[in-house]
Amino acid sequence: MATLELRNVNKTYGNGLPDTLKHIDLSIESGEFLILVGPSGCGKSTLMNCIAGLEQITGGAILVDDADISGMSPKDRDIAMVFQSYALYPTMNVRDNIAFGLKMRKMPAAAIDEEVARVAKLLQIEHLLTRKPGQLSGGQQQRVAMGRALARRPKIYLFDEPLSNLDAKLRVEMRTEIKLMHQRLKTTTVYVTHDQIEAMTLGDKVAVMKDGLIQQFGTPQQIYNDPANLFVASFIGSPPMNFIPVRLQCKEGRLLAVLDSGQARCELPLGISDAGLETRELILGIRPEQISLAPAVANGLPGIQADVQITEPTGPDLLVFVTLNQTKVCCRLAPDVPTRVGDTLNLQFDPARVLLFDAASGERLGVNVTPRQIGADNVAQFKGR
Amino acid sequence: MSTVATINKASPFDALQRWLPKLVLAPSMLIVLVGFYGYILWTFVLSFTNSSFMPSYKWVGLAQYARLMENDRWWVASKNLLVFGGMFIAISLVIGVLLAVLLDQRIRREGVIRTVYLYPMALSMIVTGTAWKWLLNPGLGLDKMLRDWGWEGFRLDWLVDPDRVVYCLVIAAVWQASGFVMALFLAGLRSVDQSIIRAAQVDGASLPSIYLRIVLPSLRPVFFSALMILAHIAIKSFDLVAAMTAGGPGYASDLPAMFMYSFTFSRGQMGMGSASAILMLGAILSILVPYLYSELRNKRHD
Amino acid sequence: MTRSLAPRAFSFSRLAIYSTLLLACALYLIPLIVMLLTSFKSPEDIRTGNLLSWPAVITGIGWIKAWDTVGGYFWNSVKITVPAVVISTLLGALNGYVLSMWRFRGSQLFFGLLLFGCFLPFQTVLLPASFTLGKLGLASTTSGLVLVHIVYGLAFTTLFFRNYYCSVPDALVRAARLDGAGFFTIFGRILLPMSVPIIMVCLIWQFTQIWNDFLFGVVFASGDAQPITVALNNLVNTSTGVKEYNVDMAAAMIAGLPTLLVYVLAGKYFLRGLTAGAVKG
Repeated sequence: MATLELRNVNKTYGNGLPDTLKHIDLSIESGEFLILVGPSGCGKSTLMNCIAGLEQITGGAILVDDADISGMSPKDRDIAMVFQSYALYPTMNVRDNIAFGLKMRKMPAAAIDEEVARVAKLLQIEHLLTRKPGQLSGGQQQRVAMGRALARRPKIYLFDEPLSNLDAKLRVEMRTEIKLMHQRLKTTTVYVTHDQIEAMTLGDKVAVMKDGLIQQFGTPQQIYNDPANLFVASFIGSPPMNFIPVRLQCKEGRLLAVLDSGQARCELPLGISDAGLETRELILGIRPEQISLAPAVANGLPGIQADVQITEPTGPDLLVFVTLNQTKVCCRLAPDVPTRVGDTLNLQFDPARVLLFDAASGERLGVNVTPRQIGADNVAQFKGR
Repeated sequence: MSTVATINKASPFDALQRWLPKLVLAPSMLIVLVGFYGYILWTFVLSFTNSSFMPSYKWVGLAQYARLMENDRWWVASKNLLVFGGMFIAISLVIGVLLAVLLDQRIRREGVIRTVYLYPMALSMIVTGTAWKWLLNPGLGLDKMLRDWGWEGFRLDWLVDPDRVVYCLVIAAVWQASGFVMALFLAGLRSVDQSIIRAAQVDGASLPSIYLRIVLPSLRPVFFSALMILAHIAIKSFDLVAAMTAGGPGYASDLPAMFMYSFTFSRGQMGMGSASAILMLGAILSILVPYLYSELRNKRHD
Repeated sequence: MTRSLAPRAFSFSRLAIYSTLLLACALYLIPLIVMLLTSFKSPEDIRTGNLLSWPAVITGIGWIKAWDTVGGYFWNSVKITVPAVVISTLLGALNGYVLSMWRFRGSQLFFGLLLFGCFLPFQTVLLPASFTLGKLGLASTTSGLVLVHIVYGLAFTTLFFRNYYCSVPDALVRAARLDGAGFFTIFGRILLPMSVPIIMVCLIWQFTQIWNDFLFGVVFASGDAQPITVALNNLVNTSTGVKEYNVDMAAAMIAGLPTLLVYVLAGKYFLRGLTAGAVKG
């Protein structure tokens, strides 16, 4: 049980290489579950290694319970880690794997036995204690790896993509189990993943990273509903948010976004009134589930007619693709309305949920959430959309 | 921007832990720097001096190399190396590849046969040399045996024939190393993707043409490593000559390694001996550097 | 039907393949058979019979005489080989451990420099090494040869272990560090127990290399400190007296038996050493 705070953490490998971590500021309360999420190479694993002390930071400070631990060696930090590859010691059986860290800390043998028994019971691996890691299935190895971390009763748990080597079914199971375990033990946890579902389902707080920068730090709901920029908006959510290039028009002092499906046009009133936006290249962000079929009785929401081009029934939903402003747009509809390719649908949007981004900088417009500086390379990536 | 906290001082134990990897490697680093590169440099320096029985550091420039170039025995040794090395490498490769391909045909008792082909590699070149010296003995060896068996006109006196003695070295060296080439290629054959071969079979290619056009060309890396190793063995060959011919008759079967040894340690010509050692190093480098260069380049392409 | 291309049915080509392979077997085996037969013959028998004729009387006199001549040097070789093999393997393991798991600035460069040692023609270091051994008072001693073999075996032993440990996930080391284990604890408790195969490869490689060495033996040792290869060569190439080929062959067998034995018992590791030492870079 401990608080964790990162103050302006920097990491560089020198030699003119770009910084791996840039100005990382984070803080979580005791018992919170922090997710570090981002594409590979974003620095999330480096950040985790820095917290563990396996790599030295080159600037800033890491504080646990308000004490600076950044100069301590890994063994003194009282942190346990679960690795993506599990990193079980291949020549030791499960019991010795779990007991190794306790032996290194000179715990008396009787206490070690007790602790191993407790952890084995908790994780239901009692029948595996005498086996070697090579004789275990992936899921069992995963449990042992967690057991090794649990036995230490550390201040903080670190999970480095612990589920990515499991098959899809087991991954969902273990995800629930980790959540259950955290609810029971209430230990501060940092969890690295590139899977946005894990990020959304497990985290109390989520930090979305890219290029060594934190793009946004907040609760899963904030990240999902109020993304700070195009990158965050595109990274979180499945199927991903639709990004539609738009031009704005000013009518009677109100800004309108114009959508064109080829057979119809729609003017979407926006809740912002920045002058000068009409001249800029903008991107409209709208999640698939925020597009719906217009009801038979008009409800006043703006709508548009569009032709169905592809349908993808997923079971719980029906994904329908239409074209707006020459961009393929995914709509997530209820599966019970029969829809076929070539049908013309009456679609409508909730203007309050629609997001607006600057095409050049990728930044979100019309909100107060301002992200940290965004690297110029972000911009290039989104210009094309 | 928040304040940057000072980083705690590590305990002495931690400091030691941090230095341990370097401390552990330090003796080896010293050994490599002194025992490998320092000594090469030292030999290099000696090759520019007039050292004879004892090292002296009187600079004579390239005189030792010039003497070496005028030395008939050095030229015999160098020519022998070309003949010996060329034949040894070519024959070992051909035999090794052939045996590997034949062994790759789901042979019963493959393990036993492989063991037989490879065992000479476990022997010292001195033992190999002793054995072949006896086998090739003019008058008592194969020479006599084949005549006893009824081949009346058979003569095999290469060991005392200055023009042919180098072939004796080739025979013994091929006997020792060709099984190793076989093992390298067999391992290579086993790593070829079977689906490529199946695809070729489906395309209607015959077995020999599958090997010649698809399998063996894909073993280019194995070929080059085998070439490297064989060339290396050839240039370093010293014990085989010492045991079989001692360079004789006369110095007809001398190789550079033998030349270097006898001039440096028996004839008190340290300067010239060093010069010949440096030229041997040059020969190895001229093979090694292009090889490593292409290896590294390939790796970067991966 | 996973492996091969050829059908197993009998055919002329299969007969040809088997004949070629068996003929090759015979050619590889003949020198060994000749050595054995000759070593058990009497000198008269050698003169009257031929290489492959069965001994008229099987006599152990050649072996007895050979052991009298080279037996002492056999033990020299043991005294040189055992410590040199053990120490160079241990050093190689430690070096490989650092070079794979604890890389630091310059460690890769060092590895590159060390690798070149695998190709180093020893002729270029013989003179300085013999001066150094003289200065250390180790000239013409078995200890001196032990030292030389350790130094020049380091390249290969390090290469073996470094490549082996590079295939071990470094998460193991990170996990052990978080568990509180230090540098040597991680090495001794985690990595060494999983290194049995490569330790075997390295031991066997070093054993055959050092046992079979002739160059260092002949340059750095003289008289009583000579290894068996040098003694064998001296025996075979003396021009005094009547040649006793049975003694020569028995001595050659004595010199060759230890490595042959190791090869027969642990051929798998021997081959892995040859290919790993040869191919990997």
